Amino acid sequence: MIALVDYGLGNIQAFANIYRRLGVAAWAASTPADLRRASRIVLPGVGAFDWAMSRLHESGLCDALNEEVLEAKKPVLGICVGMQMMARSSEEGVLPGLDWIDATVVKFDTRLLAGKTHLPHMGWNDATPLNKETIFAGLDSPKFYFLHSYFMKTDREENTLATSSYGVSFTSAARSGNVFGTQFHPEKSHQWGIRLLKNFAELG
Amino acid sequence: MMLRPRLIPCLLVHKSGLVKTVNFANPKYVGDPINTVRIYNEKEVDELLVMDIDASVKGVEPDYEMISHLASECRMPLCYGGGVRTVAQFEKIISLGVEKVAVSSAAVKSPLLISDAASRIGSQSVVVVIDIKKTGLLRRYEVVTHNGTYRTGLYPVDFARRMAELGAGEIVLNSVDRDGEMKGYDLDLVELIRQAVNLPLTVLGGAGSLGDVKELINRYGIVGAAAGSLFVFKGKYSAVLINYPNSAEKEDLIHRMNI
Repeated sequence: MIALVDYGLGNIQAFANIYRRLGVAAWAASTPADLRRASRIVLPGVGAFDWAMSRLHESGLCDALNEEVLEAKKPVLGICVGMQMMARSSEEGVLPGLDWIDATVVKFDTRLLAGKTHLPHMGWNDATPLNKETIFAGLDSPKFYFLHSYFMKTDREENTLATSSYGVSFTSAARSGNVFGTQFHPEKSHQWGIRLLKNFAELG
Repeated sequence: MMLRPRLIPCLLVHKSGLVKTVNFANPKYVGDPINTVRIYNEKEVDELLVMDIDASVKGVEPDYEMISHLASECRMPLCYGGGVRTVAQFEKIISLGVEKVAVSSAAVKSPLLISDAASRIGSQSVVVVIDIKKTGLLRRYEVVTHNGTYRTGLYPVDFARRMAELGAGEIVLNSVDRDGEMKGYDLDLVELIRQAVNLPLTVLGGAGSLGDVKELINRYGIVGAAAGSLFVFKGKYSAVLINYPNSAEKEDLIHRMNI
């Protein structure tokens, strides 16, 4: 049911373990065929933007991903840099993104952090869902683990699905149709993350 | 509505088991790594720090199989340290699903490793553990490596600044003198480094009670409070019992924090 995009980056096994406990079929997808037989796709990610984009290109999965997401309209969930790659571009790199969400990726303005907080934004923070359906169903005041210095800036507010606060209020989850992204790591966020991943598996 | 301080159990791997040391010596067996991670999953731990204390000293490759098992078992973020000397090793460990990779002696020996690693895997995943000991007649703080046996001649403040400039994403201050003593963190040392660098800071070495953790958080707000003994031993005979504050105890710890 769920293809975990395996391009040599991100914690495929952590997602696989959670889905196994939830009784949801999930597998590491390293070929276009692995993607095609799924009804949903998770795109994990850690690392710098260009490094992650080049690994994704080298994996040979980009064309198949575009087909499954843009044409077959399968629900896809990008995590951390996996979410950032769904934007047009990032201040962190020069390579173009997947351009699935009308957004760019920008760095936190350290002047607004007032010397009391620091970059990267690291640790457990609140997320405020703007819509409690879809992936945030049943999550009233969730906490998630964040680890990043860049965040997605959506062109239109309607694509922001949740916000969090760190010096500024920023988009911590985004949605454009069947494309979902979370800046935080649900696979490392205990009960709140497990619920979000369950919600993604159960999307109508 | 805020970022919270992080309470981080620190686990030491020695001969495939978990141990706890005192002043970086006399390792005492505390359990199996995977079982311990499972217990910490149940306790909803903020983050885990796992350091292989054999890998650097013996100059061997990190144990990728163990790291991969740990990463897949952890339902919380994992920082791994031990035996990492090259960018390729940073990349390999990140690709196994670890969120952060820590280095100590390698950063002393070749500081540019930090900028090279940050450009590939991103600063947010590059952690520098600074082992610090008071040395000489003046008992001045000095950076040490190889489980505290090698003196580098470096002053921790200068070294921390250099690591920040090169793109480290987090500094872990590890007090050798306080290790395993359970008499409280070295707050003088924290103050020196906190003034010097504008990075997330995690403090390790000396926490003996939640009161010690609370004192650190009251003073420094959003900080990482790491501990070995505190989260693996219980009671006056220091019996091995994996423990961690529950959510009410945690709220109490951050109740009066300085932000």
